[in-house]
Amino acid sequence: MPLLDLKGYGWLLWEGVQLTVIVSLASLAGAIIVGLLAALVKLQGSRCQRIAVDAYTSVVRGVPELVMLLLVYYGVPTLIQDAAAALGHAVVLSINPFAAGIATITFIYGAFACEVFRAAYLNVPAGQHEAAAVLGLRRATALRLVILPQVLRYALPGLGNLWMVLVKATALISIIQLPELMRNADIAARATRMPFTFFLASCLIYLGITLVSMWTQSRAEAWASRGIVGGRL
Amino acid sequence: MPTFLSDHLHLFVQGAVITLQYTAASCVIGSILALPLALMRLSRRPWTQWPATAYVFFFRGTPLLAQIFLIYYGSGQFRPELEAIGLWQFFREPWFCAILALSLNTAAYSAEIFRGALQAVPRGEIEAAMALGMSRLQRLRLIVVPRALRAAWPAYTNEVVYQIQATSLLSIITVMDITGVARVIASRNFDFYEAFGTAAIFYLVIVYLFLLFARRVEARLQAHLGPARPVGSRIGGH
Repeated sequence: MPLLDLKGYGWLLWEGVQLTVIVSLASLAGAIIVGLLAALVKLQGSRCQRIAVDAYTSVVRGVPELVMLLLVYYGVPTLIQDAAAALGHAVVLSINPFAAGIATITFIYGAFACEVFRAAYLNVPAGQHEAAAVLGLRRATALRLVILPQVLRYALPGLGNLWMVLVKATALISIIQLPELMRNADIAARATRMPFTFFLASCLIYLGITLVSMWTQSRAEAWASRGIVGGRL
Repeated sequence: MPTFLSDHLHLFVQGAVITLQYTAASCVIGSILALPLALMRLSRRPWTQWPATAYVFFFRGTPLLAQIFLIYYGSGQFRPELEAIGLWQFFREPWFCAILALSLNTAAYSAEIFRGALQAVPRGEIEAAMALGMSRLQRLRLIVVPRALRAAWPAYTNEVVYQIQATSLLSIITVMDITGVARVIASRNFDFYEAFGTAAIFYLVIVYLFLLFARRVEARLQAHLGPARPVGSRIGGH
């Protein structure tokens, strides 16, 4: 198929795919941790803490991912430098694209994960909490053995969605020259003067990642619902 | 910061106008494409249903950035062919590729919203329309589509918010929207956090003003349901 002849640049795309997957997985892990903490604060925190989390989720909802990325990559180091200069220190600071990318995606998707976990927690029937208490389980034990497994089950569809959107969002990090899939496709496109071929190839790879993710998600949901008759959500 | 704002505010306002123009144009074109797509998705004939499903899968499964590059840079690979049919003068323009990519993208997402809304139209209303002797086209035009559009509005609002933010990617192909303005100012004076911070605030204001407007429209659309909300529904929050 001449349209998808990669002229020997397939390996460059393959290296890009690996970095895309690594960045996505790291960001997902970060987003889950941030999301769990934020959800915990939103459910049980003090008034001030809840307001802070609300502000966080509202800002993330209203600012484009690209602007957030540019703000983290270019804005934060210069802000710290200026602040240090005002205090009389000369600091030269820069973040590498890898860290800036993961930090940005974690920050953005942590807010979405927070909503997913909060909704999942509220889905656990009150009777489950009461039953655990009646059995004499401590709060932490009840959380670990009774509540969290159910939260996970309710959260999985939302987390699966989040993952698929997150993978696509990592394409933006190519703008700050991280050599992930989009960036490498761009390099190959310029070198071969075949932009359509390489951007189409990268689109097909993203579709492939989506398909694998959908399959994994359905397996994971089946696993989380094991032991529940007719339990697929 | 105060001098930064007074020096550059007019540029950001110009950028905001561009952002709104691209958002409006792509949402209008996208929703015009989305309705037939949604109807095709619901069709029982495989040859009608299959292309729409593939379209939606492609545009929802790939990054918007890749779609923009595919159209803007990718069209260069077919320059002779496009010149032959007189379309190259459009594809070499960033604004054309920007509107095309954004519209095709939002059409896929909107089609899924409309599809959900079309499926949610109560069976009884369609049966009532049949009992009145309406043809299939009349039922669609008079009962199903108006009702579905009203039901789709809250979800569609989210799509517009997403679209406002999606236009920021156009700065990469030299469109001077809010982000484009911020990037030029930032690289000219090294005012990075001032420029991108201002851009972020502009987006926040636009998004939340739009959401305020959208709530009002939603209340209007549901005015016939009367002031009393059904028992047990939660208003706001959660």
